[in-house]
Amino acid sequence: MSEAQEQHVDRPGSEAPASAKSLGAVEDNGPLPRPGSEPSQTSADPTSQRSRRRREHEFALLDPVAKREIRRASLKAVCIPGYQVPFASRELPIARGFGTGGLQLTLSLIGPTDTLKVIDQGADASVNACSLRKLVRKVCPGVKTSEITSDATLIQTRHRIPEEPLTDRQVLVFQVPYPCPLVLVESNEQRRVQMHGESDYSKIFVKLYEDLARFQEITLSHRYPTAIHRHYVIDPSPIPRFDVPKLDHARCLHLFGAGREKKIYAVPPFTDAKPLEFDDIRFRVESFDVAGQRQACQRCGSAESYLNELIRPDGSRVWVCSDTAFCQRSRT
Amino acid sequence: MGYVAIKGGESAIEGAESVLEFLRSQHADQESPLSASQVQHQMHYLHSQVISEGALYDPELAALAIKQSLGDPLEAAFLLRAHRSTRPRVMETEPHDTSGLRLIRRISAAFKDVPGGQSLGPTPDYTHRLFRFELLEEDDQAFKEQLNQWLSLVAELDVESAPSSVPKVIDFLRQQGLLAAPENSGGQRPPFDITRQPLVFPLPRSARLAMMARSHAGSILAMAYSSMRGYGDVHPTVAELRVGYLPVRVPHPITGEPTEVGEVLMTECEVVTMFQAQKDGPPVFGLGYGACFGHNEAKAISMAILDRAMQNGEENGISHPSEDPEFVLMHIDGVESMGFCVHYKMPHYVTFQSDLDRLRAAQNVQHE
Repeated sequence: MSEAQEQHVDRPGSEAPASAKSLGAVEDNGPLPRPGSEPSQTSADPTSQRSRRRREHEFALLDPVAKREIRRASLKAVCIPGYQVPFASRELPIARGFGTGGLQLTLSLIGPTDTLKVIDQGADASVNACSLRKLVRKVCPGVKTSEITSDATLIQTRHRIPEEPLTDRQVLVFQVPYPCPLVLVESNEQRRVQMHGESDYSKIFVKLYEDLARFQEITLSHRYPTAIHRHYVIDPSPIPRFDVPKLDHARCLHLFGAGREKKIYAVPPFTDAKPLEFDDIRFRVESFDVAGQRQACQRCGSAESYLNELIRPDGSRVWVCSDTAFCQRSRT
Repeated sequence: MGYVAIKGGESAIEGAESVLEFLRSQHADQESPLSASQVQHQMHYLHSQVISEGALYDPELAALAIKQSLGDPLEAAFLLRAHRSTRPRVMETEPHDTSGLRLIRRISAAFKDVPGGQSLGPTPDYTHRLFRFELLEEDDQAFKEQLNQWLSLVAELDVESAPSSVPKVIDFLRQQGLLAAPENSGGQRPPFDITRQPLVFPLPRSARLAMMARSHAGSILAMAYSSMRGYGDVHPTVAELRVGYLPVRVPHPITGEPTEVGEVLMTECEVVTMFQAQKDGPPVFGLGYGACFGHNEAKAISMAILDRAMQNGEENGISHPSEDPEFVLMHIDGVESMGFCVHYKMPHYVTFQSDLDRLRAAQNVQHE
């Protein structure tokens, strides 16, 4: 931490502490930092001035205007549930595809009093989760991180919703590769925008019907199209179907950030989130049944969680929880 | 247990970082480290590619980016972009007239003799691509000798009589009534800032040009090449290609007078294309424009061709991918496409589990 404080200018008080509640009170970050306004600029040696200036940046890395823009887009997304708000996505020190949309939301929301949890595939120890957590710790001095789901005020996730139900004091930020569910059936974005506006999702229903006609099963596995508040259909990011029902009338705010595709959207708390289905063919989540038996986690014994299937050297299969924090907690 | 798929991610990352550092320094007992200035000066084209795709004109940082990324141009451009996100936008410059470019190279493929003359400048265009094996053995003295030879050559030239600015070829074409006036080419003030405004199609031409200016050299070349090969109808002629240093002026903070704050190396290209009907008046040539930071000729030409192709698509309907702004612009950014491509290396256990579930369910239905 001391290294981080040396390297980055901490501007306490310049940021609104962000949590679920501060979303409603977006504050100005104050004036833009002017070149020459920092004490280090008074140094007589121009080279050291130049290199020192380069190491400094705002709390949470992004320039204040960027953070304000992202917060405004987030507010709009909350006001129009499921609507994809375009924003001028910034480049970050992590690559596109690794969660730049989610990270921009996190950096725009986080304040020094927040506790952040980062998971990837449900696991805190997954490499990309480690990398994101490390970056946030480095650029947000004072922010705490935790692996315990209930301790976090802000959770950034890739591909999972935690097993433990979230509360109204928590914000769940999703990393989104494809924000638009209509991309399955329409490659042109301008046409897709019009279809969303008219709530015209007939082509997706046709796709689901064609699946049934050809395979007697809907082939969509994850990223299952979900109707929000009876109008916009969203791509809920590549969470498994298992997690989709958790979006419906949850107590927490769900924010979705697509960095490469430059969109932000939201499923606010206590909002309808219904996966697309037919009256006679209902939506179904993943099954972990083997020979009629619902498999349980080999580590914690849970028969309710989403499981990862592992192949043993002898070719047999075992199952463990994908949500490692949940698994840990169930065991202690 | 031993069946936790990913464990100790943090120490794995640290290990990967240190072995990457080893990859760079493994011959430190026989070699000296590359300096950023060596990269900037001796890797001229690589440096140009990175400064253009990084979209931040900072030659020193671009050189550092190349060194730090072990010479991967996509990673290097990405470092510049990531740094750019931490900087506020200070101001917007007025449009700059590129006739003030301090030229190092200027050619026209349209006219043998253009006012101001043609000047090949530094280019490998007409050099035979045969290895100069002596460069393998080049030492400090041989290197200095190269410089001295050039300096003695220049000493014999009459540098003073060289024109400080030369007229643009397209101005001549306009005077002849062969090109439409610039007002018709879709200028917009203030220009669209792709780093600060959401990209919502249809985009104005200024946004399209900005996206192409920082696009990946290879990607934009591939798109333009599809148009050249037959998936397009542009048939370009390079009216003018310029490489040089453009003085950058910004309003003085007190007087408001335009004040020179530095210069940027840039490449600029105008192509004219087969003529088109005008609503009111005789037909004229079409014009395509390309410009980018650094010395990137194939990129500037590609950009000019695609600029024209997309205007054709706008005017006459889209009949080829290169005329579709959404198709072209969303697929030419190297930082975005590279990032998304390499993300597939990350774990996808959860989604693949979900895929397994669907495949098995479908297989079971078939078995019944």
